[in-house]
Amino acid sequence: MAAAPAIELRGLTRAFGERIALAEVSLSLPAGATLVVFGPNGAGKTTLLRVLATLLRPTAGEASVLGAALPGRGHLVRGRVGFLGHEALLYRELTGRENLRYHARLHGVALHRVDDLLARVDMAARADEPLRTLSRGMIQRLAVCRAVLHDPELLLLDEPRSHLDPAAAGLVEPLIGRASGRARVVASHDPAGGLAEADLVLGLRAGRVAFVAPPEDVDAARIGALYR
Amino acid sequence: MRAIGALVRKDLLLELRTKETVPAMALFALVAYVLFHFALHRNALEGDLAAGVLWVTVLLAAVLGVNRLFVAEHEQGGFDGFLLAPVDRTAMLVAKVAALLCFLVVVELIAVPAFFLLLLGPGAGPAFPELLAILALADIGLAVVGTLAAGLAVQTRARDLIGPLVTLPLLVPVVIAAARSTAPLFSVPAGGTEAKWLAVLGLYDLVFVLLAYAVFDFLLED
Repeated sequence: MAAAPAIELRGLTRAFGERIALAEVSLSLPAGATLVVFGPNGAGKTTLLRVLATLLRPTAGEASVLGAALPGRGHLVRGRVGFLGHEALLYRELTGRENLRYHARLHGVALHRVDDLLARVDMAARADEPLRTLSRGMIQRLAVCRAVLHDPELLLLDEPRSHLDPAAAGLVEPLIGRASGRARVVASHDPAGGLAEADLVLGLRAGRVAFVAPPEDVDAARIGALYR
Repeated sequence: MRAIGALVRKDLLLELRTKETVPAMALFALVAYVLFHFALHRNALEGDLAAGVLWVTVLLAAVLGVNRLFVAEHEQGGFDGFLLAPVDRTAMLVAKVAALLCFLVVVELIAVPAFFLLLLGPGAGPAFPELLAILALADIGLAVVGTLAAGLAVQTRARDLIGPLVTLPLLVPVVIAAARSTAPLFSVPAGGTEAKWLAVLGLYDLVFVLLAYAVFDFLLED
């Protein structure tokens, strides 16, 4: 029997008061596949990720994540999704290790997983310093650790390589890249990089779907048109 | 329990690091008692007046803590981090109540002896077991109502204003019941506290525990 889609959307709409942030998005993402979302600032990429993470309720339409319909069965999704947004979701006054241990306890994850992840992103040596003393790139590496701490089935990544230098991007690649083997939704502004890792491409403009297509049907010019 | 433990531990660790809340609450209470000491210009207070001074000061100090209770969650993504975890959302209510209770106990360990020293007459020594029972019941009320009000206020832009505006009226019954039950202990000669005021405190605590349990989930919704 074929695996259930990681994500299934039918007419998904999200409004903030009068303003429609996301309108009529419909698509299906197979298990283990990667959806890359392109669009200018304010196109609705972050809103889409937050709805899929159960942090926002859909205003209209249907959304199913990992087989659970949102928002009613959102509790079945939490803990199976890794969310990496613009904010690290870590406390500035706590150290990286303290932050990750806090999230490990919330997710019921063994604490040795924290040390393992810190080593993998080369942050073990700075793990006991408060976040406020670390660079944005280091905090992003810790945020990646937080997002994958509980070994989620689906990763929701909002420009995950922002603030990372090439070496750091290489360190996090096995955790959040294609090689992680997880289903992923990646919001990106990098046409070449995004198309290279996509199984499905969604173009958004002003909250509306410009295109949903396989990567071979999308080129840089089509993506560039979203930004004009 | 795992989530509650993680949240309480995190809140206490944050307070130990930042020292933003408890020192401000304790300092406020101390300054208030010093001001009352000089402003009332009496050698000693007793009865209703002493109880009123004690509890109004504790209430206002508590409001300082209430205002800071969810700031880290709101400003540093703590709400999102919590909501992404597979835990009952009530865990945050229980943890915040527990954290605020801890803050209040620490503040009272400093403020109540200062109150005795600065404002209570030598003959008005309280019956400690009864005073401790009143403090415990009142602290539960302050913590539960305060957490609920803080959860409401933090979602608004004017949270520093909304917090006290919501918290203070809701805590009037706690202050009345706490002051009325404490007043006999501060009388000369000291009397026993009236059971009906302790019952009012306990009942008010119970009502707000149930109310907070019923509505707190909705405060965390987007």
